[in-house]
Amino acid sequence: MTKGDVKLLGSWASPYVLRAKFALKLKSVDYEFLEENPGGVKSELLLNSNPVHKRVPVLLHCGKPISESLLIVQYIDEVWTDCPSILSSDPYDRAIDQFWAAYVDEKVYPSMRATLTAEGEEARAEVLTKFKEGLVLLESAFVKCSKGKRFFGGDQIGYVDIALGAFNGWFKVIEKAFNVKLFDEATTPNLLLWVDTFLAHPAINDIMPTTEKLLAFATSIAFPFPAIKAAAAARIS
Amino acid sequence: MAKGDVKLLGTWASPFALRVKIALKLKSVDYEYLEENLRGGKSELLLKSNPVHKKIPVLLHGDRPVCESLVIVQYIDEVWTYGPSILPSDPYDRAIARFWAAYVEDKVWLSMRAFMTANDEDARVEAVAKFKEVSVLLEDAFVKSSKGKPFFGGDEIGYVDIAFGAFAGWFKVIEKALNVELFDEATTPNLLAWVVAFLAHPAIEDIIPSTDKLLEFATNVVLPSIKAVAPASQ
Repeated sequence: MTKGDVKLLGSWASPYVLRAKFALKLKSVDYEFLEENPGGVKSELLLNSNPVHKRVPVLLHCGKPISESLLIVQYIDEVWTDCPSILSSDPYDRAIDQFWAAYVDEKVYPSMRATLTAEGEEARAEVLTKFKEGLVLLESAFVKCSKGKRFFGGDQIGYVDIALGAFNGWFKVIEKAFNVKLFDEATTPNLLLWVDTFLAHPAINDIMPTTEKLLAFATSIAFPFPAIKAAAAARIS
Repeated sequence: MAKGDVKLLGTWASPFALRVKIALKLKSVDYEYLEENLRGGKSELLLKSNPVHKKIPVLLHGDRPVCESLVIVQYIDEVWTYGPSILPSDPYDRAIARFWAAYVEDKVWLSMRAFMTANDEDARVEAVAKFKEVSVLLEDAFVKSSKGKPFFGGDEIGYVDIAFGAFAGWFKVIEKALNVELFDEATTPNLLAWVVAFLAHPAIEDIIPSTDKLLEFATNVVLPSIKAVAPASQ
């Protein structure tokens, strides 16, 4: 169901762009996806639509741009109201949603990036320890938010599911490239289950790039993750 | 009018706590204010209410904690629905308001810290230039959002006014202490007028700490704690 012309400027591998795609899919919104070439020259449209940050994703609704992935998800939720809500309906639960989504951006992404760029086993082990501590906090958030259901949002995929779940593809890349486990039965049993449930959801399954594709991307020349290249090379030799 | 027991944990000089005070004032919400003495050791209540970040402000509504100043402001807007709306009613305008509040969050506090750690004239000049880059963008945002009215929110104080305006006291401190102009007729004429209008608003003038009090705090507490600034030459 469209309410006017919808376009999404993005790049296929970006977890931030995935957030917007998941929200559009959950709301059955038809849209045109315009691929920006990562590492390449930014399009005129992108520079005009997001002059402040000059980055994807940007949603264009009837030509009007909305930037910042979480703001885009909220906007989609507020405009397409004839489908299940993404954010909780209760103001307190909504505040908790906002808190944990902000936490993901503040803590999870930098940890993930640090893991991908750490040079050497020792540096990576240290970063991974910090990363996993953050995931333990999210485990406890999951238990409170889900109230025994499958997602942070309860029965349905919600705001925190989208905020965190968009990184699940990259979590799998880290696990595969470095032969580590980010989630485990001992410390994050609920999140361990949640990752697979999330990835298997019909709205997600179609859209999430495969681990293989993301791993190939991470080891490609265009991308500055020498640690992944080294790890990949070590496995082959 | 309160909807149940409301408490705010904060510190008097914090612009982040001030955002919440402004929102509560605009909505005429009665609340109990609990001053945290961060240097004396964080209270049990703070550590229990915000175990993740251990920071103020924290709003306690009937014992349920809400953390992060902008999240709290949105919460207040959604719970106390009588009284003027803080966020715009249109989803697109709301997205724009949230965008600029997030921009303020990302850029303004860091710019201000750059002033506080500037220990010579060159560093001060650079801090002014960096602040200008930010304020010029916000000037443009103001022109678009205000549509000719006195505030980002139009006739009334809105979300971006609160997010950005909460720093107005500290703007005055920087201008006074370092003898610089953060806003000017040439590059940010609308923001120059907006600061005055904001500080004169009845909901603000009562609760914003005085420049002198903040300056004293900055000199005695903030600057020593970030090991800053040689005295300005006379």
